[in-house]
Amino acid sequence: MAKIDISGIYKIFGPNPKRHLQAVKKGLSKDDLLADSGHTLGLQDVNLSIEEGELFVIMGLSGSGKSTLIRHINRLIDPTSGSIRIDGENVLNLRQDELIQLRRHKMSMVFQRFALFPHKTVLDNVAYGLTIQGIDKKNARVIANDWLEQVGLQGFGDQHPHELSGGMQQRVGLARALATNPDILLMDEAFSALDPLIRKEMQDLLMKLQQQLHKTIVFITHDLDEALRLGNRIAILKDGALVQQGDPQDILLSPQNDYVADFVKDVNRGKVLKAHHVLAKPVSTLNTDTTVTKARDWMMRHGFDYATVLEGNYLKGIVTLSNLHAATQETLRESVSPVSSVLESADLESLMPRMIRDTAPIAVTTDTGEFVGWVSRSKVIRLISPAQAVDREASLTEPVE
Amino acid sequence: MAFPEILDARSLRQGIDGFVNQLVIDYADSLERLSQPLLTFLVSVEQLLRNSPWYLVIAALAVVAWFGSRRWTLVVGVTLLMLFIGIIGQWDRGMQTLALMIVALIMCLVVGIPVGVLMSLSERFRKIALPILDVMQTMPSFVYLIPVVMLFGLGKVPALIATIVYAVPPLIRLTDLGIRLVDHSVMEAATAFGATRRQKLLGVQLPLALPNIMAGINQTTMMALSMVVVASMIGARGLGQEVLAGINRLEVGRGLLAGLAIVALAILFDRVTQAYGKRLQYPKQGDK
Repeated sequence: MAKIDISGIYKIFGPNPKRHLQAVKKGLSKDDLLADSGHTLGLQDVNLSIEEGELFVIMGLSGSGKSTLIRHINRLIDPTSGSIRIDGENVLNLRQDELIQLRRHKMSMVFQRFALFPHKTVLDNVAYGLTIQGIDKKNARVIANDWLEQVGLQGFGDQHPHELSGGMQQRVGLARALATNPDILLMDEAFSALDPLIRKEMQDLLMKLQQQLHKTIVFITHDLDEALRLGNRIAILKDGALVQQGDPQDILLSPQNDYVADFVKDVNRGKVLKAHHVLAKPVSTLNTDTTVTKARDWMMRHGFDYATVLEGNYLKGIVTLSNLHAATQETLRESVSPVSSVLESADLESLMPRMIRDTAPIAVTTDTGEFVGWVSRSKVIRLISPAQAVDREASLTEPVE
Repeated sequence: MAFPEILDARSLRQGIDGFVNQLVIDYADSLERLSQPLLTFLVSVEQLLRNSPWYLVIAALAVVAWFGSRRWTLVVGVTLLMLFIGIIGQWDRGMQTLALMIVALIMCLVVGIPVGVLMSLSERFRKIALPILDVMQTMPSFVYLIPVVMLFGLGKVPALIATIVYAVPPLIRLTDLGIRLVDHSVMEAATAFGATRRQKLLGVQLPLALPNIMAGINQTTMMALSMVVVASMIGARGLGQEVLAGINRLEVGRGLLAGLAIVALAILFDRVTQAYGKRLQYPKQGDK
């Protein structure tokens, strides 16, 4: 069961939204609706299911309805039609007091403009959700202080929000949201108001915290780089409708339409794509126990200059034909020359310097060191700059393939 | 050309007069009884101020000024103003006026803030209340002084009521405004964390509206002071009465000294409430 299940959400803003719902469902466009009736179409037929523990990014430009959508989850905004289920329960059926309980315990929110309480100290801001629950001030402050430390603001508790910089204020916002220990964290353009360096710092902080906490996070942003960096999955919203959803690589490698393609055009692909996207599987591999003569014959028969040598599932290195000709031992073990390797989760950008520095093949391994393949140079070039790579591909030689 | 007579103004006037007379016959006694606690309160404040040694009163006001502003200059200023009132021989009357001001202000707070809050919460109530406030502020006070005197008799209570009617509108307006001006995103945050309406009002809206409410209190005190002379016509004693006597007897000096004492009180109230309001102001977010 999905943690958050949004299905068939329509939102029409205006004095009489219900009356225009049918027309919109039949396909009346946003512009026509506005021209005909003065109603604004906020969301149309949005379906999303967000799994427990994932960081789900909803991306779109301003006016795409992303902030409207996230406010449906804690019902700061009610939909015109559709359902929102959290842990299987339709939150639209909740009474006011049940809704308040849901907001107090199950979810919390981080805001673009921080929305801290200017009249409360930093510590009391963080403790707000707890005091609202009825926890006495003293205990709430102890918990709040803990969270202040987690976000790196120990010692700032007695100050007021306006005394802190933007980045620090949003750390307070994050601590305030986490202090109630909710399952779900709603982050509405949480880092958009921060300058790039601070934003990156906050993204790192969020990822670090998420590794320990495993919250279900719904993160809104208009910044694709941020979306690709943070998201386990990404949904792209345009004019209130979902255009595409998938994992970051999906979005980047197979955009479903021109809108998404246009979006991803200028993205730094080197940061998003990983070594496992540019993998070349070796045709066949040798083992350290193989005899030199057998290996040499096999390679000459197939016309290989190199061959991959494994020991079990682990990479030992490569052998070259010339090495084998000079070999004195019976098995390959002594003739193997070591190669450098990268993890399959390494991003392409970190790979580039090595590829440029020397021409030796680079192996790709899993986190536990098992061999999965080689870095394909032509694939790297094709993925990083798709347009230029096509005609040059033919002339490139692959080290091992 | 004369405007055609549509209503008989004479009988309309008589109708209103008859209504008020009936009101007086039916309710004057019970109203006077009901207002008794108010009178007791006012009299005890007055007694306290008049019977305390002058230096204790000045010291108490200095302490209030200190807690309001945390500035020594203001404490010194308040002390000097009070000394001035004493030196020009207006101390006792000044205390009577001060008592009226304090009680009027307290009553304004009791009435004004809840009404202001209600206005901010209910659009319908606001629509009804706004024109009433307009009338209260623009209607010449003598017009309602007459029925008030008829209902309550001459004396301190009608003076107090007239003062409240005249002075409370700015406090109501600014309470309403202050709550409406509270940052929408901050309110949204409170809602998102599961605050009830009551928690939002007491924990967020009122504290954040406080600077505006203080501005309202400041305006209300100023307007209350400007009613002093009018109030003295219907039996409030104090500085206003002295001004009135000065006018009646064509004694410029008498009127001027009492008038200066009123000005001194006005400056004192104004500076203390303003300084306190300023201290409550929080810098907006993102100003950094």
